[in-house]
Amino acid sequence: MRALRILLEKEFRQIFRNPAILRLMFMVPTVQLLILPHAADFEVKNVNVCVVDFDHSPYSQRLVAKITSTDYFQLVAFTDSYDKALRYLAKDQADVVLQIPEGFERSLVKEDETKVFMAVNAVNGVKAGLGGAYLQGVVADFNREVRVEWSQPQGMNAQHAIGVEAINWYNPLMNYKTFMVPGILVILVTMVGGFLSALNIVKEKEVGTIEQINVTPIRKYHFVLGKLIPFWILGLIILTIGFTIAWVVYGIVPVGSFLTIYVFAAAYLLVVLGLGLGVSTLANTQQQAMLISFFIMMIFILLGGLFTSIDSMPFWAQVVTWFNPVTYFIEVMRMVVLKGSTLADIKGQIVTVLLMAVVLNGFAVLNYRKRS
Amino acid sequence: MTGEIVISARDLTKRFGDFTAVKAITFDVMRGEIFGFLGANGAGKTTAMRMLCGLSLPTSGTAQIAGFDLATGSERIKQNIGYMSQKFSLYDDLTITENIRFYGGIYGLTDKEIKDKTRQMLGTLHLEDQAKTITKALPLGWKQKVAFSVAMLHQPRIVFLDEPTGGVDPVTRREFWTMIYEAANSGTTVFVTTHYMDEAEYCDRVSIMVDGSIEALDTPLKLKEQFESSSMENVFIQLARKATRSNA
Amino acid sequence: MKQFLFFVQKEFYHVWRDKRTMFILFGMPVVQILIFGFALTNEVKNARIAVWDQANDKISRGIIDQIGGSRYFNIGMNLNREDELEQAFQSGKVKMAIVFPSDFESALIHNNQATIQLIADATDPNVATTLANYATAIIMDYQTSRGRIQQIPAIKTEVRMLYNPQLKGSYSFVPGVMALVLMLVCAMMTSISIVREKEMGTMEVILVSPIVPIRVVIAKMVPYFLLSAINICSILLMSVFVLDVPIQGNLLLVVSECLLFTITALAFGLLISSLTNSQQVAMLISLMGLFLPTMLLSGFMFPVENMPVPLQVISNVVPAKWFYIISRSVMIKGLSFDYVWKETLILAGMTLFFMLLSVKKFKTRLE
Repeated sequence: MRALRILLEKEFRQIFRNPAILRLMFMVPTVQLLILPHAADFEVKNVNVCVVDFDHSPYSQRLVAKITSTDYFQLVAFTDSYDKALRYLAKDQADVVLQIPEGFERSLVKEDETKVFMAVNAVNGVKAGLGGAYLQGVVADFNREVRVEWSQPQGMNAQHAIGVEAINWYNPLMNYKTFMVPGILVILVTMVGGFLSALNIVKEKEVGTIEQINVTPIRKYHFVLGKLIPFWILGLIILTIGFTIAWVVYGIVPVGSFLTIYVFAAAYLLVVLGLGLGVSTLANTQQQAMLISFFIMMIFILLGGLFTSIDSMPFWAQVVTWFNPVTYFIEVMRMVVLKGSTLADIKGQIVTVLLMAVVLNGFAVLNYRKRS
Repeated sequence: MTGEIVISARDLTKRFGDFTAVKAITFDVMRGEIFGFLGANGAGKTTAMRMLCGLSLPTSGTAQIAGFDLATGSERIKQNIGYMSQKFSLYDDLTITENIRFYGGIYGLTDKEIKDKTRQMLGTLHLEDQAKTITKALPLGWKQKVAFSVAMLHQPRIVFLDEPTGGVDPVTRREFWTMIYEAANSGTTVFVTTHYMDEAEYCDRVSIMVDGSIEALDTPLKLKEQFESSSMENVFIQLARKATRSNA
Repeated sequence: MKQFLFFVQKEFYHVWRDKRTMFILFGMPVVQILIFGFALTNEVKNARIAVWDQANDKISRGIIDQIGGSRYFNIGMNLNREDELEQAFQSGKVKMAIVFPSDFESALIHNNQATIQLIADATDPNVATTLANYATAIIMDYQTSRGRIQQIPAIKTEVRMLYNPQLKGSYSFVPGVMALVLMLVCAMMTSISIVREKEMGTMEVILVSPIVPIRVVIAKMVPYFLLSAINICSILLMSVFVLDVPIQGNLLLVVSECLLFTITALAFGLLISSLTNSQQVAMLISLMGLFLPTMLLSGFMFPVENMPVPLQVISNVVPAKWFYIISRSVMIKGLSFDYVWKETLILAGMTLFFMLLSVKKFKTRLE
């Protein structure tokens, strides 16, 4: 026990004397939390529409007026040629081109049926999907208005007035930042835990101090614990710093309890540190350690459901997410911070993560040889 | 020097794939001896020493260190040995005092013992003012002296020194060897590798490795007789010339 | 010249012998393409939802069938009680719940009015909106198809998705992956390689030799330039053959712009290496000052126009942003040089600026 205490003393002294680490510890959460939520805003606003109206009829004008009256859409141009409109699209000055064909009103009046054409810049899939859907929605609404105007008071729409009421739970203001920040906290903790611990151990390998340790009677598990514990504490500190920033800058306070989060974070950190340990056995130089841990973390973060939804992933990718600790933490974070889920709700995730921690760290300890 | 054997190697061998770095070396080292372990680069002496320290697993052969078997008792051995290498011994980003505290604690010294020894060491080395200096800032010679003292902190039965005086000026080297003599006199066995031939003369016995095997093992005096040389340097050159594993 | 080649050869050895690093440098683009191309999509589908059908009549069942059959939805739970509703969301099992009131059919027939509730988990606002929209559309559709008896005016919308007809997320990602990988390989690795020599002290040895110092540095860039060229090829090949994202524009233009960006990244790496003598610091700067901005502010993952103005301003300084615009326009939209000459000029200007700045810094350090 005493050996462990002495070892921890040394580790902490070294960590806090390393200016790079201290800078990293404080700069990274700040930068990530200040920039990333503002950058990672997938909310779709200001869809730029370019209208080509070949009809120039009262109804077509009404349609255009209706579209531009919403603040969702911005009318950037009104041209008389489809080609000109497409140029706007090509230059990214417009996101959608709405073409009202000649005879729009006439067909509507005579045949009760008419068409409009939409060309959507689908390079940005999100914007295209939502923007296009909204535009269709406006057109459909216009359609309904017309129907109502033309319909006789009785008979017509007898059974067909199904209303749909959409209610939003948990994030009633639909604030995208509220959604992103918990996930970003996860990345923060993951980076500190995985990255720094791997770099630290590899540095000892590079410099040669690991040999000196191997010659002493220090036990394997002492050494491993001596490396895990400081970064485990560091990880929890960073999480706290992160939450503080989230509260001060964004006013985000977890609906659920902090205890739940920290309990899970404690278990999660063990997994991430185990990974860092594993990476350190694979790398011989700091550069390699950095690249390998970066590579692994990138895969985990991308496939963790932070930026895109897991449900939309193909089955094989979903299977990968089952083994990805980041997935669970992001889930838990969002559930507890936004919905107030309790320990009972996340017990499945906790068990999974603890299992991962045991396997990874056990493997690392068994693999670590003082004698090569 | 009493007749007790503290290191005893029998047919110690290390193979890396089909390359045999150390070929079945056999030798004994007595308690309180200063045993010089010489050899050209690539001869296998570092590999051999790493085996004896428990850093490398022998491919075959046996050894007894400080009364424990190398294969089964390597952790017990570590309690009883000290180690110092030219490449590294102390943590550059800790102060001398912190380094002493660390190694003292690792080897089981109590807080009081650590305090006393620290005071003692700093006094002997005239480094009281440097107690809080970060080790990196110390000149190499002082660093090595401190490193040696730290290796001796827990009063090990054997201390392994890997080219301890590399890159150090002649005056400091002399002082270093004074420290080694004192250690040996108080019963510590010193197992040292070196490239400096004058240091070979300071040893009680010297072994010279060539191409993985021990080609000579005796007192410097007897070796010079055997090889009809006036200096150890000459003995060494004669043997090293026979090497097929050059260090080019 | 011969001297220079010797140095280039030495640098190649360094890079080539570090198998682990090489594996990652070649493997990263491949893995990224696979992930972005096949696993990640912003499309919403198979969303797990719950249904609480208190009416259990013909119409409600009809609607539920339609919804369940759509590829957007995956009905995971049938709820029976109010408290199960909250539980379903709390446990993270569903993203939306559709609630039918118990008097649904009768209200519709007798009062011409009935309301279905869509309760969405708005933690992800986009998903919530999209799911609500899709569900509403399906319900409306159901309505229309059931009542298409009289003449009701109908305005149909025909939608054409340009450049990316299947709304594949990969279209916007491939140029982004390229930018990221080039930045990583060229800038980060080059800077670390140069700084490592400084740290190890071998830089001094080189400076004492008769070779012109700037050639040393260029020699360091050569292996990474070639590595990047290979990566560019592999990304383009994968994009066309594995992802089915064709290269619409002029191939020569695409490749030249990529090579220009490679040089920009190399110059950036050079700049970073002239700022520090420690590997750790070089890594830190590369990560924080290079990689992160490239990923976040270049526009490939997150739309720049959504960002607050200060960030938009900063993004103008990020070389990757301009490259991204160029590669998207040429590769995906198939536009010609007329459309991208401005951005190309900006990129070239940045490159020149970095190079001059670092040469200046380098020279002063040496003297």
